Amino acid sequence: MNKVLLIIQREYLTRVRKKSFIIMIFVVPLLLFIMGVVIKMVAENSDKLSSLQTVNVIDKSGDFANKFHDVTNVKFTYALTDLKSSKQLLKDSEGISILYIPVNYLQKDSVQIFSKKKASIPLSEEIEKQISDIAFSNNLVKHHIDTALLRNIKRANISVNAIEISDKGDKNANIGPNILIGIACAILIYISLFIYGGQVMRGVIEEKTNRIIEVVISSVKPFQLMLGKIIGVGLVGLTQFGAWIILSVISTKIAGHAFNSPASPMTSALAVLQTIPFGYIMGCFIFYFLSGYLLYAALFAAVGSAVDSETETQQFMFPITMPLLFTYILSVSVLFRAPDSPLAVWLSIIPFTAPVAMMVRIPFGPPPWQVALSMGLMVIGFLFTTYVAARIYRVGVLMYGKKASYKELAKWFFYKE
Amino acid sequence: MLSIRNIVKQYAGHRALSDVSLEVESGQIFGLLGPNGAGKTSLIRIVNQITAPDSGEIYFNGERLNQSHIERIGYLPEERGLYKKMEIGEQMIYLARLKGLSRAEAQKRLKFWFEKLEMETWWKKKIEELSKGMQQKAQFVATVLHEPDLIILDEPFSGFDPVNAEQIKDEILELNKKGATILFSTHRMESVEELCDAIALIHKSHKILDGKVKHIRNSYRNETYFIEYTGQQIAFDGNQPFELVSETHADDGSHTIKIKLKGENNSNDVLQYLIPKARVNMLQEVIPSMHEIFIEKVNLNSTGHE
Repeated sequence: MNKVLLIIQREYLTRVRKKSFIIMIFVVPLLLFIMGVVIKMVAENSDKLSSLQTVNVIDKSGDFANKFHDVTNVKFTYALTDLKSSKQLLKDSEGISILYIPVNYLQKDSVQIFSKKKASIPLSEEIEKQISDIAFSNNLVKHHIDTALLRNIKRANISVNAIEISDKGDKNANIGPNILIGIACAILIYISLFIYGGQVMRGVIEEKTNRIIEVVISSVKPFQLMLGKIIGVGLVGLTQFGAWIILSVISTKIAGHAFNSPASPMTSALAVLQTIPFGYIMGCFIFYFLSGYLLYAALFAAVGSAVDSETETQQFMFPITMPLLFTYILSVSVLFRAPDSPLAVWLSIIPFTAPVAMMVRIPFGPPPWQVALSMGLMVIGFLFTTYVAARIYRVGVLMYGKKASYKELAKWFFYKE
Repeated sequence: MLSIRNIVKQYAGHRALSDVSLEVESGQIFGLLGPNGAGKTSLIRIVNQITAPDSGEIYFNGERLNQSHIERIGYLPEERGLYKKMEIGEQMIYLARLKGLSRAEAQKRLKFWFEKLEMETWWKKKIEELSKGMQQKAQFVATVLHEPDLIILDEPFSGFDPVNAEQIKDEILELNKKGATILFSTHRMESVEELCDAIALIHKSHKILDGKVKHIRNSYRNETYFIEYTGQQIAFDGNQPFELVSETHADDGSHTIKIKLKGENNSNDVLQYLIPKARVNMLQEVIPSMHEIFIEKVNLNSTGHE
């Protein structure tokens, strides 16, 4: 057991000391940070106008005289009357534009804004809103409808709140963020199973092609070496996740302070995180990452032991990656829309597909017995694949120059010691 | 020290070892000889507990071979290899710790070896930065760092340049003098006579010869002698107490003949016959080299067996 610890230590330290690992730790949260800042800036820029805009209204219809009202950074004037001369006049002035309303302004695209630069979206939105309101009021007056009375009848503002019926009483099921978090977890697990499983496989191939394997397994049993490698790489994965989570939280906090606007998407996403059982989802995420990783890493190790170089892995990789890829595609397209469908239930219970499929379902609160069954089968699943992989591994790592087939692997499995 | 009894190892399609038994005595340098593919590496892997035999037993100092003996065996495989991206010092310490040494002890011994083999500057280097010969040297150190009682070397001299091979040979002899038992395999015979106390010859999975080198060579003596004489060339007529195998005549008047004794005669009879006729400068018995015995045995078994 002491030797397994030594192996874990080596596998872990050689990986976390690599420059690429340290760079990745900082690059990913930095990207998140930059993304957050950019999203915020875009959101804020489109929310309000940054400088004073003067709009000269040239109203040929006469329906809009003095009816526009000034808002922040937008002023309306009615000084000019002739479009042609006004255009000439304002050709070189910043921040001044001409709103031209023809007689038959109800015609499509007949109302125009002229300015040195193309009018910003918020400005044209503001004008569109006001011009529509004014036209609407004018219409009401035309048809002898009491506008004062109408204004008093307020438009009812009703939003639909999704409530889930459960034994513990109704609970608020905020569906939107659930989908996002479930899918994000599933994608993260899907990607990391490949990244860290692949690292295990490459590690095994490296030892085999370097021929150090014989020295090492004259000191430890092949199973100890395989186990040490799998656990060591798994810890690297956990370290990476841990560092990302901490740095991401810090960077979004900083980003949140730097641009203190309450309606930004970042802060609303963070607010959503607090409304759902964050701890439960994180717990499930860690469990499914670890058990899924153990299950697949053992298979990856067996594949690594059966080949002489990475290029030969293709034929064995296919059946390993298929169930994952299949579940992944279903997860992002179908499963989240029907988290309780028989397909979703089955996929989330079968160990090979459960890590991805169950993570999609977790935020919807699947029945506890299904979660328990799935978790139990995961444990049995990774013990089983580890056992099978170890039997292939112990023979495979000492085989050179022999092109392994599935028949060959089966034979190795049944070898005595 | 090491007692190998009736080992059988069958691989899919071929038999690597058929009923092989060997005794390696404590303090010996034991050579495991045989052509490529004879089964030497299979046997060495079994002794290192990398693979297990189908049947047969191995005893280490009288105890049935088990995992606890791993720390007392040092193994240099035929195909050398270390982690390419790992620093040498760290790597050596790691391998020694896998053999049960503490970090501090490994560090101390490593310093000693690095100084001895003039490798002090290598500590922080990575394996991929070293030449092939330097890697081999590092690997040799990794093999003996934990001071094993039994050192197993698979083709130890392959891949070394002559200078380094000599240095490694001296180290092996020195370790042996300090009490380590050495078991090494080779298909190169030159090293055998120089180094080995005892050998075993393996051919096509069978052990076909074993014993002390001296005994084996003695048993293969066939009463052949080299004789050099000066004077008139002797005309042999068939009445001499030996058969003439070959003769050569040099310009300076010396003659060399190779003879084989006839009947009950011995070397004294030969001298008595020759002395009246010429001046004998040299008489030397031709003892077959291990190389010749090896070739003879292998050829005999290739035609005889299977």
